[in-house]
Amino acid sequence: MTTTVEAMHGSHAGHDTPRDATPPVFYVRDEHAHEAASTALGFWIYLMSDCLIFAVLFATYGVLGTSYAAGPTPKELFDLPLVALNTSMLLLSSITYGFAMLAMEKGRTGQTQAWLFITLLFGLAFLGIELYEFAHLIHEGAGPGRSAFLSSFFTLVGTHGLHVTFGSVWLVTLMVQVARRGLIPANRRRLMCLSMFWHFLDVIWIGVFTFVYLMGALR
Amino acid sequence: MLETLTTFLFGRLSLESFPYHEPIVVATFFAVVLGGIALVAALSYFKLWGYLWTEWFTTVDHKRIGIMYMVLGLIMLLRGFADAIMMRAQQAIAFNGSEGYLNSHHFDQVFTAHGVIMIFFVAMPLVTGLMNYVVPLQIGARDVSFPFLNNFSFWMTVGGAVLIMASLFVGEFARTGWLAYPPLSGLEASPDVGVDYYIWALQVAGVGTTLSGINLICTIVKMRAPGMTMMKMPVFTWTSLCTNVLIVASFPILTAVLVLLSLDRYVGTHFFTNDMGGNPMMYVNLIWIWGHPEVYILILPCFGIFSEVTSTFTGKKLFGYTSMVYATVVITILSYLVWLHHFFTMGSGASVNSFFGITTMIISIPTGAKIFNWLFTMYRGRIRFELPMMWTIAFMLTFVIGGMTGVLLAVPPADFVLHNSLFLIAHFHNVIIGGVLFGLFAGIYYWWPKAFGFRLDPFWGKMSFWFWVIGFYFAFMPLYVLGLMGVTRRLRVFEDPSLQIWFQIAAFGAVLIALGIGSFLIQIAVSVLKRNQLVDVTGDPWDGRTLEWATSSPPPGYNFAFTPVIHDNDAWWDMKKRGYNRPLEGFRPIHMPSNTGTGVILAGISTVLGFALVWHIWWLAAVSFIGLLAVAINHTFNYNRDFHIPVDEVVRTENERTRLLSGQV
Repeated sequence: MTTTVEAMHGSHAGHDTPRDATPPVFYVRDEHAHEAASTALGFWIYLMSDCLIFAVLFATYGVLGTSYAAGPTPKELFDLPLVALNTSMLLLSSITYGFAMLAMEKGRTGQTQAWLFITLLFGLAFLGIELYEFAHLIHEGAGPGRSAFLSSFFTLVGTHGLHVTFGSVWLVTLMVQVARRGLIPANRRRLMCLSMFWHFLDVIWIGVFTFVYLMGALR
Repeated sequence: MLETLTTFLFGRLSLESFPYHEPIVVATFFAVVLGGIALVAALSYFKLWGYLWTEWFTTVDHKRIGIMYMVLGLIMLLRGFADAIMMRAQQAIAFNGSEGYLNSHHFDQVFTAHGVIMIFFVAMPLVTGLMNYVVPLQIGARDVSFPFLNNFSFWMTVGGAVLIMASLFVGEFARTGWLAYPPLSGLEASPDVGVDYYIWALQVAGVGTTLSGINLICTIVKMRAPGMTMMKMPVFTWTSLCTNVLIVASFPILTAVLVLLSLDRYVGTHFFTNDMGGNPMMYVNLIWIWGHPEVYILILPCFGIFSEVTSTFTGKKLFGYTSMVYATVVITILSYLVWLHHFFTMGSGASVNSFFGITTMIISIPTGAKIFNWLFTMYRGRIRFELPMMWTIAFMLTFVIGGMTGVLLAVPPADFVLHNSLFLIAHFHNVIIGGVLFGLFAGIYYWWPKAFGFRLDPFWGKMSFWFWVIGFYFAFMPLYVLGLMGVTRRLRVFEDPSLQIWFQIAAFGAVLIALGIGSFLIQIAVSVLKRNQLVDVTGDPWDGRTLEWATSSPPPGYNFAFTPVIHDNDAWWDMKKRGYNRPLEGFRPIHMPSNTGTGVILAGISTVLGFALVWHIWWLAAVSFIGLLAVAINHTFNYNRDFHIPVDEVVRTENERTRLLSGQV
């Protein structure tokens, strides 16, 4: 984009700017476009605000994570192989989302859609396993109301799961929009935002896996 | 069977939920209903609904959204003040065996509602409104980064306000104090809907606040006019940037902690309960990690306003611009390191208390630097005592007192004596009224001519000013005395008759403030009637220094026909000094965002969702949640969100301004 800058010469009277040899420029004629750049920054800031919500939940878990109220402890409850499987589902979904973005960069609509669909399947698998785990815990009498430890566990992991659920709804929405309009700039921008969101959830999950499950199994 | 059906349909809502046995509430209700009917009838009679919908409710213009925020804040100020004067009246008469006129059930709701409304629905909308209006103009932008989001944010704030107002007539409000500490706000001590209204009103409004914070950060970072480097931004823009960083970095904490509280209340978790491993003090910690930055969210933009006003009305460049910016940034960072001073009495030990006491005292250093910068700006300046400058001087005197009592409270041993006393109440009203509110008035008087093209009538403005300032001292200085004598906050009746005189003086102060508010409203009415005499056609009535004064008053929808180029902190002053000529031809069509009703609809559904959750009307909650998702997703299928203002219209608007300007000469 070319920018034509039009110099505004000062009026003849009262124009004395000895500092500047060139006459001052006080406005530009051409618009400068800035919308796309704002979206990336804005979405990033939103993610950081979301990150703070998780920070509160992690801190809460840190404070209450050993308040068992004579109830079950993490060691008794957590099924690490199942969680490892679950973790791999989410990590794989991040990789496949990466493939979708690569395909998008090359402008291949079909390939993008295919990778998005695979990402969705991994995401749903993750959610399915998580729901199974939750149902199992509640069935064993280790529901969120059993102790402060379980309250904070269900809230932290559940909030992450809720985010994945919304991400999946968003993913389907974007697939429909890409199918309708192709990889137009607006859709690319949206896919980029969801990409950041999806990877962000992966990072959060790594925190959950480490601090809640692995360290819980050690306790 | 019938009972099951009504429970399904209405949840906890029944005829008993309506407080028809409370005469004060019933009278208020009828006043509101009559007023509402009159308003609706007037709007219908003058056929204004269409105009309001297309030009205001659905607008994405930051200026109109800013004005709507101001209107919301001022309306809620009346409600919040009504609560205040009820408390002052109760405390002035509840002596010598008298129970006063408010029972404890009512009184506890009144002080809770007063705090919540004044912070969330008066101070926040007014501050956000000014930032919304002024920041894009000051940085030479056409609008904010995300105009639709801006409209949505505003309506979410309205949604929260609607829920709080609903609690007055349907059910009740929380009786917990404005931060709703558990276990008092837990299910066992507060099984009724009050705390639920509190939670959902703040959650709905909080979404709006967070999004508006993100929006304004992006606007300031990304949309500044060419040449405006960070260190050439006007100070108000700088303080707005810091405030919005604080908003984004603190409101999610409020959201999260309220979610935890609501899980305790709705799902039976044990975050803040006394049993099963819960920890109520964690709530207090978390809510103050939001709550302390919140007070800086309110005061920082006001510091910006005072900076603009001082430099404009002394006709000088601001003294110590760089130190002003650094002081603002330092306050922003420090505001996260002091939260524990709100509960030194928790018993976290001498080391922890010392740390937070010292960080709190350190904040007075950058704040003091700011005061000196303003004083040095005034030094040997040609001061014009217009209304904004009067409020600024009143602020400087009042705020210094509040600051000093704040440093006193920051000393942990002193705080053990003064904690939860009226001394604390006097202190924070001293800084919030003397700082935030005075700043908002300075800002309103300063930018009103920009927004409407005419000044506010000075006579009624001075009446309002003197009533407010004198009323403030009468209302709150006695509370310092009472606090030092050991009187705690939130008391409804008193045993010791010797205290009564102080409460009577405070009540007298509240009456003076009422006259101040009345004068302000009269002033607006008088000014609108006399607008032809008070008119300003130049767009620069104060001989201003920053870019907002470069365009017409009120500015056109696109703000600037051509994007300005900046060479100096005081960009407009620089332009005037170096002979800027307004461009008269060569206009082009201007690319602008389109209006949309989606924000109103989404916020409306969110409000219904909040109401359904308060009353446990689960089917309505489910329906409105699905509706919310459907409308939001549907909105993303609309790709045509902008249009071009045709060049003819730009030419017409600019020619009109040329005509006005030449008529002036």
